[in-house]
Amino acid sequence: MNWTRRHVLDTDDWSRDEIDTVLDQTRAMTEILQRPIRRAPPLRGRTVILFFAEASTRTRVSFELAAKALSADVTNITASGSSVEKGESLYDTVRTLQALGGDVVVMRHASSGAPYFVAERTDAAVINAGDGWHAHPTQGLLDAYTLRDALGDLDGKRVVIVGDVLHSRVARSDINTLIPLGARVTLSGPPTLIPTAWRGGQLPPGVTYESDLDKALEGAHAVIALRLQRERQESGLLPSLREYSRVWGLTADRVARMRPAAPVMHPGPMNEGVEIDAAVAHGSQSLIEKQVTNGVAVRMALLYLLAGAPTPSGVPAPAVRLEATA
Amino acid sequence: MSLDRRALEAKGYLVVPGFIDLHAHLREPGFEDSETIATGAKAALRGGFTTVCAMPNTEPAIDSPGLVAELISRAKAADGARVLPIAAITRGRKGRDLADLVELAAAGAVAFSDDGSPVEDGRLFRSALEYARVTGRPVIEHPQDLALSAKGVMHEGAVSARLGLPGMPAAAEETAVARDIALAKMTGGRLHLTHLSTAGSIELVRRAKAEGAPITCDVTPHHLAMTDDWVAGSRAFAWEVPDEALQGVPYESSTKVNPPLRGHADVRALWAGLADGTVDAIATDHAPHASVKKDLEFDQAAFGISGLETALALVLGGVRVHWAPIGAVINALTIGPARVLGMKLVDDDWIAIDRDAEWLVTADELSSKGKNTPLLGRTVIGRVVHVSLAGETKLGERREGNAEAVGRR
Repeated sequence: MNWTRRHVLDTDDWSRDEIDTVLDQTRAMTEILQRPIRRAPPLRGRTVILFFAEASTRTRVSFELAAKALSADVTNITASGSSVEKGESLYDTVRTLQALGGDVVVMRHASSGAPYFVAERTDAAVINAGDGWHAHPTQGLLDAYTLRDALGDLDGKRVVIVGDVLHSRVARSDINTLIPLGARVTLSGPPTLIPTAWRGGQLPPGVTYESDLDKALEGAHAVIALRLQRERQESGLLPSLREYSRVWGLTADRVARMRPAAPVMHPGPMNEGVEIDAAVAHGSQSLIEKQVTNGVAVRMALLYLLAGAPTPSGVPAPAVRLEATA
Repeated sequence: MSLDRRALEAKGYLVVPGFIDLHAHLREPGFEDSETIATGAKAALRGGFTTVCAMPNTEPAIDSPGLVAELISRAKAADGARVLPIAAITRGRKGRDLADLVELAAAGAVAFSDDGSPVEDGRLFRSALEYARVTGRPVIEHPQDLALSAKGVMHEGAVSARLGLPGMPAAAEETAVARDIALAKMTGGRLHLTHLSTAGSIELVRRAKAEGAPITCDVTPHHLAMTDDWVAGSRAFAWEVPDEALQGVPYESSTKVNPPLRGHADVRALWAGLADGTVDAIATDHAPHASVKKDLEFDQAAFGISGLETALALVLGGVRVHWAPIGAVINALTIGPARVLGMKLVDDDWIAIDRDAEWLVTADELSSKGKNTPLLGRTVIGRVVHVSLAGETKLGERREGNAEAVGRR
């Protein structure tokens, strides 16, 4: 157990030990979620503020369920995406958050780096629930948890991430979580949707790029398909969605190129028929619903580690044991 | 040589001609919350600049002879560095119709520029260069292909890929430089390319100069000292080894500047250009902003670094590691920009530099209203201790004690 972080802004500098700590804690949380009454007391009296400045239902609800399962008080602040035009600056919102005195601020924002801005200016612990194209740490952690659950140790396992990597905070956070756990990542997708530097050989360690999805999937242990935003076609980055679907869409034939029973994942929401066929999305290898369930447990683990009652050692005791004493 | 001057040299200070800045934003009229001519001209003196050229992207833009005259009279009243007005190339800097360039020159505009907005229309830019021949004034162009740079907010490379920020590729600058050079060659008009930031741009200028094209260029102190790693939180100069003590918070909007801070190879290429004379001048692109324009999400914040007062310390850092000789750097701050403007140095404009003075950059330490520099909290080395403007001491050492501005508010 090794936990000293005040915020969860990005996992790009996390050690394997820290990731293991969260994943172990997540396992304890899934136990709570399997009980008839899905509630434990460790965050009683703590306030979690959900600050979503960009539309999101899934992630917000997932955090809300996680906070409530740990008995925290939960409150919501919504704000317009590009607040500047609407007259309220992020700085204004931060001052409000600070005055409200929440223990944890869970935030989603359209601007990459916005959680750093907030963390610098508030006393609360900040959890990044997705910022621009930059990071979505809880998605990375829940994907790692889901993969480890399905495949066991990830050491040496090869995971394909296919789609719009350039604009994807999920891809970045998946890489930052899977690589320290020993996995290798193969990126695939249209050249216009992969960062130039990554195609030019300046890839993060353990990551490769293969434009041909069939080749990328050959012998892979798992695949994560990314959501394709329709506006990419309008902005000239794609010839057509139909071509995209034929060349980079996840079909049953393509999935068969991977190892037997290799997991198929997607962060949701899906464009069925574009980046993933319905048969694959709902097929036997799909872990997409499990990702959603595990998401709640991962978020409980992080809320607990950041705001759970500290023990004399300064580190929160495991949630399950706390539950037993309550 | 005056007694003053000899006494300062005897103390070990470097006495050189007053610096000339080809590129500063003084924000007046229109954006006086960010800077005024008075505060900007004062900041210039503290940075060793006895002459500073004011960019016309004010509100209104300086695009008529009356506005040029108004600026000149306000500058006289400001009692800081000598301020020379640059006039807009196009009316309202809108890139559609040429301003009255001949009359603007007659009114005292020393150059023309739509800085901040490149002149996208090649035909219009050709006309501007043809007129530049007639007026004898250079056209100062901010080379950037706006379609290529799109919504970019930093240099496109490995760092932007990691931070998930939209990038501006080096090619967005280089394709514009190539176009501008072709038009300068065709027209014979004097083209000055400002704040070049990429290795490719420097190489294009080097070749064009070898062919005798009528072009000059400048680079900024921040592009000479900082890389795109600064956006990711590094505060190590390009010549320093990055280490944890120099690691700050990522996404600080003080590192957001256009053109963006580039890669290490680009920085080295700018220095090589300085050393071999490809680069004619070091210009600050001093871009002060009120905090409301900078205390924002990175992608929402304004571009620009407040640079007049830290320019010298930044470039001396590269000199210390022998990336260019001190003579090349001083020339690029004095005779280089004077030649770009077709002027001679003023004998009575001179400054004294303490090359070893360490100082901490803080908001209070800066005279400029713009506190927007990623150097806040960093110690830098090298400082101007005396400024003489037209023979008059504007900043100097009291008989005893520290350097102090004379006649400070």
